[in-house]
Amino acid sequence: MTGAASGVPVTITPCPNGPLLVRGDFRLDDGSEPHRRTVALCRCGVSTIKPYCDGTHKLVGFRTEDEG
Amino acid sequence: MSERLIQVLTGSPDDGAAWADLARAAARISPDALRDDDLQLSLFLLYGLHYGPAEWVRGEWEWHPELLSGRAALEERFEGDLRAQVPVPDEQQGAAGIPDLLFRMTGVQSGPSLSRHLAKKATREQAVESLIQRSIYTLKEADPHSWAIPRLSGRAKVALVEIQSDEYGAGRPARMHQSIFARAMDAAGLDSRYGAYVDVVPALTLASLNLMSLLGLHRRLRGAIVGHLAAYEMTSSIPCRKYADGFRRLGFAEEVVDYFEEHVEADAVHEQIAGRDLAGGLAEDDPETIPDIVFGAAACLHVDGLVGEHMLAAWERGESSLRTPA
Repeated sequence: MTGAASGVPVTITPCPNGPLLVRGDFRLDDGSEPHRRTVALCRCGVSTIKPYCDGTHKLVGFRTEDEG
Repeated sequence: MSERLIQVLTGSPDDGAAWADLARAAARISPDALRDDDLQLSLFLLYGLHYGPAEWVRGEWEWHPELLSGRAALEERFEGDLRAQVPVPDEQQGAAGIPDLLFRMTGVQSGPSLSRHLAKKATREQAVESLIQRSIYTLKEADPHSWAIPRLSGRAKVALVEIQSDEYGAGRPARMHQSIFARAMDAAGLDSRYGAYVDVVPALTLASLNLMSLLGLHRRLRGAIVGHLAAYEMTSSIPCRKYADGFRRLGFAEEVVDYFEEHVEADAVHEQIAGRDLAGGLAEDDPETIPDIVFGAAACLHVDGLVGEHMLAAWERGESSLRTPA
């Protein structure tokens, strides 16, 4: 994922015990178009729609303790 | 009362006073506002005046004092019954604990699951019924929560607008969730005009939407509409995955599956923004709303839980979940 040459700077917000929220002029290097302006990227590894989050982290007790 | 209201709405504005008396009496004698077909249909019609378009919606009624007075009596009874019935967690929470509390409240799976039934066992008829039940809210998806936008400020307002922008397609009319659902209904052979199924759904289904309109249309309840949205989003992604599986299993058109798959991805984003920036942000900026944020979330879980229980129980008995099969 890289920021586009123009437009809104990319920000990445880690959600405690959850995904990374990505906003701004980003693109995915797999060539697909993001479906929405703000996306949630899976970081628990069990999403069925990777790279996006589908909420399954809540079912597997995924924790990011270091972030509080 | 609801029949008389329909006569008033299709007649002259002079008839409002007698209806308001009727509404005050109906509010007094109702045994349970959530399950009262007459009371919930009346509220649905009155709230509809603020949304529209629908065949009963004409401009002169929206702010008519007598209709508002009757509506206030129905709302007082509805809110009173909700406050008495909805189980609210008894832990005291500061603003910083609100996102975690909401995630904990919505993480508890109690009782049988409608989405699991749809995924694995539901018949085609039951799946169609579930679309009809859902349509009462979903053809207006996001609208009741939008009433809250001007009532918020700062971080909470930005968060709500970010969620609602996505709900309304972020500049792409075809991706408006309301429109995706209307296409899903059309593809399933159903009537996607607003209110088409209002006579066949039970009071609880109308109560689910009326709850959102009640919370959205009163500034006093801004915390509750925020809590409602957070709970709604937090209980959407995982069930929508199961609904998508079920509608695919039953051979429904891609438009129907698309509606649910869109919500798997969208609501995994929305739940984070709703829990942390919207509800958490409001709790920090306006701590007096904290009890109502929790109440709104609990009311969402309670009422939508009752709707799901009603549907599963009817199907278990081999009956339709509708008042009269569509």
